[in-house]
Amino acid sequence: MAFAIPMVIVTLFWGFVGGVVPWFIPKGPNRGVVITMLVLTAVCCYLFWLIAILSQLNPLFGPALSNDTIWYLQFHWR
Amino acid sequence: MDSFFRSEEMCLVQLFFQTESAHNCINELGHLGLVQFKDLNPGTVAFQRRFVKEVKKCEEMERILRKYSRFDKLEQELKEINSNRDTLRQNFTQLMEINHLLKVFDAFLFYLHDRFVAGVIKHERFPAFEKILWRLFHGNFVLRHEDPVKKDVFVVFVQGDQIRGKIRKLCDGFHASMYPCPNNAYARKEMRTNVNTRIEDLRLVLKRTEEFRETTLTAAAANLQEWASKVKKMKAIYYTLNLCNIDITQKLIVAEIWCPVSDLNSVHTALIHGSEQSGSSLSPVVNRIQTQQTPPTFNRVNSFTSGFQSIIDAYGVGNYQEINPAPYTMVTFPFLFAVMFGDCGHGLVMTLLALWLILHQEHFRKLKNELIDMLVDGRYIIFLMGLFSIYTGLIYNDCFSKSFNVFGSSWSVRPMFHPHGPWTNDTLHDSGHLHLDPLVSGVYSGNPYPFGVDPIWNIASNKLSFLNSYKMKMSVIMGVAHMLFGVTLSLVNYIFFRNLKDVALQFIPEVIFMLSLFGYLIFLILYKWCVVMKSESAPSILLLFINMMLFDYSSEGTVLYRTQKPVQIFLVVVAVLMVPWLLFAKPLLLYRKHKQLKFLSLPFCLSLFFGVKKAFVSLQVSMADIFVYQGIHTIEYCLGCISNTASYLRLWALSLAHAELSEVLWKMVLQVALRVTSGMGSVLLAVTFAAFAVLTVTILLVMEGLSAFLHALRLHWVEFQNKFYKGSGYKFTPLSFNRMRDMQ
Repeated sequence: MAFAIPMVIVTLFWGFVGGVVPWFIPKGPNRGVVITMLVLTAVCCYLFWLIAILSQLNPLFGPALSNDTIWYLQFHWR
Repeated sequence: MDSFFRSEEMCLVQLFFQTESAHNCINELGHLGLVQFKDLNPGTVAFQRRFVKEVKKCEEMERILRKYSRFDKLEQELKEINSNRDTLRQNFTQLMEINHLLKVFDAFLFYLHDRFVAGVIKHERFPAFEKILWRLFHGNFVLRHEDPVKKDVFVVFVQGDQIRGKIRKLCDGFHASMYPCPNNAYARKEMRTNVNTRIEDLRLVLKRTEEFRETTLTAAAANLQEWASKVKKMKAIYYTLNLCNIDITQKLIVAEIWCPVSDLNSVHTALIHGSEQSGSSLSPVVNRIQTQQTPPTFNRVNSFTSGFQSIIDAYGVGNYQEINPAPYTMVTFPFLFAVMFGDCGHGLVMTLLALWLILHQEHFRKLKNELIDMLVDGRYIIFLMGLFSIYTGLIYNDCFSKSFNVFGSSWSVRPMFHPHGPWTNDTLHDSGHLHLDPLVSGVYSGNPYPFGVDPIWNIASNKLSFLNSYKMKMSVIMGVAHMLFGVTLSLVNYIFFRNLKDVALQFIPEVIFMLSLFGYLIFLILYKWCVVMKSESAPSILLLFINMMLFDYSSEGTVLYRTQKPVQIFLVVVAVLMVPWLLFAKPLLLYRKHKQLKFLSLPFCLSLFFGVKKAFVSLQVSMADIFVYQGIHTIEYCLGCISNTASYLRLWALSLAHAELSEVLWKMVLQVALRVTSGMGSVLLAVTFAAFAVLTVTILLVMEGLSAFLHALRLHWVEFQNKFYKGSGYKFTPLSFNRMRDMQ
């Protein structure tokens, strides 16, 4: 369930950047270029974030930590 | 769509204007900077052109301006000054010689001969002089000499006036300068003071002359720039006039220009303005003509987009009205750079550097250094690269090789211990490194780190096992997406040029081939990520893919999902079927069409027999050409799909290299200084930080930055653009005085 929250937030954010902001760009000679840049940025960045989060969804192996690290983490992380 | 997505529509226009107003009209057009003159006299050599004399005169003036900084009446003034200066210098040298002579004369006093000749002779002539003296006078003289400077000061003491006269003549022959020296010491002293005063006076005069020369030159230099640009403009105008035609009456000049259709009005206005200035009665005629020739490619750019357009044009200028990759490159190029550079600390430094370049642009341009000019031209590119690098650095969770833990890691150590998990305190004592097991409940929280890579991987010793797998799959996904985008752009091209035949014959088989093989690979990657499975039974995607191509389903555990085998067989068969479609469909269709044409035209061609025969021969040759071309295109595309996808793995390779280099700098440089506990530690830290900063900038920012820039550029030029870009046009080069001035 806690996976859905970042999913929704980030999707909405990049959806806003790529889908809603283009409608508000004022008319001018650069309008087409600016809209292209916004859409491409939104697509690239969203895809990159999505790949990062999906690759960690179902890990097949875990991290290998040294003794000291384990000792430290055991007490300092909840 | 504006013109940046596609090159502008150009038209060929004929201009007619009077000879008197020619100069002014072309001047106006040059300021406008929107027309390119066609060469109407392509056969003539440079020397045969009409205005060759004027061009030569302009070049001569340019040369003078460049080298000697003289011009017109200034030339005369300077000549005068220079000759004065030479005379003064001569006098000065003479006086100096006399001075030396007098100085050494006192040393020769004890000779009692009262006749002498004193002078100065060049050093290399002195031995010959001495020899001849001996030959002539058989030792009836005394010669003494000294060597203060390059010249020798000598005195010859003799008895008798006749001998003295002969020696004088000898000195003349040797070009030695003789000076009268008084006999007694008092007169000599007086002469010396005299000479010294004259030397001082001359020094002053020389200094004043130099100063005067300098002021005249500086005054000229102030105007120099203006004259130089005027001469440049004139030369350009005459050069352009050479490209035009003059009609028989010598009164009319005909020019053909390429001009963007949208700017025809401004061109017309400029011409009218020019003809008004020259006071001619008739206004120039603008006549647009139809032509089959390929117009030049013109992409209207502003200061932000010009950098990206120039890196596209460096590979090849687009065909006329073909789709321009530049607007997409404006985002994908910095993004792919950032995937390879991925460090938010370095990205921040790069962004700040680019901001500095942008804000102080004029100041940097004044330095006129080639390297700095290149950096300034690319300032917006560097700015975007830095911004995207900050983003990818945040996703890779890498800031100067350290990670941020903002949301709390998804992995926890406590559940691994008793009673939850297998570890006890003794386990810790036994081994140096222990693996966390995601199957033990609670170790992995079930929710991945919300933004980017989990920070625990930064302190794990098997960090690379996870990161390599993640980054390689990421590279393949990015690569296939980029290439699919390229193929889609080719569809846009086909639709624009109304080439719907090619949509069916080329676009559709290309897309199906790529999707059925590499789209399926992406599906496999995503499926394996999203579905829960045990580590032992998880098949390797690489092996799955290889076995799919080889139709090998014999080994155990090779299925990810139930219906995998039939789906894969279907996809491979479809992909293989696309190859003959790509290879044969288009040439066969063209062949049939030409055959039909040939049969249709035979009954009508008895009088045109020659023409058809030639056409038939040319048809046969071009058919072979078409088959070969299509074969090459098919092989290039199909093999290219595989090799280009693998080529995108450089995204993984470079980001790995960058991360490792940055970690080395941290571990071996900065951490060493941070671990020192003595009092000197702070001093050591300051020095070490300086080394860390220098190494970071030179190795990580400059070297890695250039490397990632180059590889991202290559990915665009080759892997992306060979899906749709032809790039064999020629660039629109208008007559523009602004451009000429900027290029200086």
